[in-house]
Amino acid sequence: MAPRWDTGAGSELEIAEATTILAVKYRDGVAMAGDRRATAGNVIAHRRVQKVFAADGFSAVAISGTAGMAIELIKLFQTELEHYEKIEGTRLSLEGKANYLARMVRNHLPLAFQGLAVVPLFCGYDEPAAEGRLYTFDVVGGRYEEQDYAATGSGGAEAKSFIKTVHDLEMDEAAALRVAIEALIAAAEEDAATGGPDLKRGIYPNVVTVTAAGFSEVAEERIAELASEALDGRP
Amino acid sequence: MSMPMYVPPEQLIKDRAEFAKKGIARGRPIVVLEYRDGVLLLGENPSGSLQKIGEIYDKVAFAGVGRFNEFESLRVAGIRYADLKGYSYGRLDVTAKGLANAYAQTLGQVFTHEVKPYEIELIVAEIGDEADDTHIYRVQFDGTLRDVEQFGAIGGDEEPLHATLEAGFADDMDLADALRLACGAIESIGEEEVPSSGWEAAVLDRANGRRKFRRVDSDTIATARQ
Repeated sequence: MAPRWDTGAGSELEIAEATTILAVKYRDGVAMAGDRRATAGNVIAHRRVQKVFAADGFSAVAISGTAGMAIELIKLFQTELEHYEKIEGTRLSLEGKANYLARMVRNHLPLAFQGLAVVPLFCGYDEPAAEGRLYTFDVVGGRYEEQDYAATGSGGAEAKSFIKTVHDLEMDEAAALRVAIEALIAAAEEDAATGGPDLKRGIYPNVVTVTAAGFSEVAEERIAELASEALDGRP
Repeated sequence: MSMPMYVPPEQLIKDRAEFAKKGIARGRPIVVLEYRDGVLLLGENPSGSLQKIGEIYDKVAFAGVGRFNEFESLRVAGIRYADLKGYSYGRLDVTAKGLANAYAQTLGQVFTHEVKPYEIELIVAEIGDEADDTHIYRVQFDGTLRDVEQFGAIGGDEEPLHATLEAGFADDMDLADALRLACGAIESIGEEEVPSSGWEAAVLDRANGRRKFRRVDSDTIATARQ
């Protein structure tokens, strides 16, 4: 639902909302993806929004909810992680980063009550444990670790029900990327607020991976290739 | 009531400067030099965890000599300054010049107003996309701010170090050459050879991504010096 409030002049303000984001665990770590659409009510507000970001060298964060607020929250989160790393000389533990993000979301709660909710998704590579880990959040700052995959946003439920049918923790990177992109396509088919790959305009989902080698953004050409393959293969 | 003894300001400043210089000379020096891909900072440091060289921001690095607690507090303040500025405005708005000026103000203030001056000296280095965009500043205990051209040294034995660096410096050195020159210069003023684990070194390297700062490990130094 679009956030609205009465400005007192009888008009309603429409604020851009970021929609579907998801993450899947696989053999080497976690892949995270987001569509590019932001909507304000029934209007497509932006077609090329970025919803998936590097949180630091070994973690990634994606956003759904009120786009403006969420992007600002991520910017602060990134700054805080880098700040800690520079001052202390070591990165925060993955759990430390997830806890910190949870606190930021919790501090945002009063605004969430006014309809400006922000719900991130966080994943990273846990270096001491040598495995990828994935966390979901709710608006009150609840932090939940997921074992296999997660998705939020308006198309999240649709994406999850797609991933459920094909997910395998032992799949390789190529398979994980395919699952992520196909899940976004599945979400876009059912949810008007989620934008599927737009081959004509050259708009593709943002897809990243976090593995033992760190954060890595999947090149747009590769996503384009996977997206057009996925679209061709659909019934 | 007894009157405090009159001390002429010239004497006061001289005493304070001497005190600070003495404290700084007790420590080990750090050298800075430009090389093909950026800037190298190197010093002798037997401790692997109490570091004298640090990352401030994307293109800005820091090095301090003298009392650890004093330059460490300025390093932390510098990171705070840079992160806050970069967050409020933009990442490109954080510059070494602004930071060096802030350090100079602080050190100048401490030198004249506090009970004891800081016994430290700092280097703030910055690289850009081109070699011409490199800026290296040196901030002294009394807040004196100087530009460093191509190479320099802070801490004790600055003059012999400078002479050695001047003799060995060439434009367009690679990292191995730069490491050899810097280690050799520092060893030339000491009594004994430094083991490769006894160095602390870091570079600002144009080839790195957004964050140009990277520490140079002891293996790289050992390989370069073979």
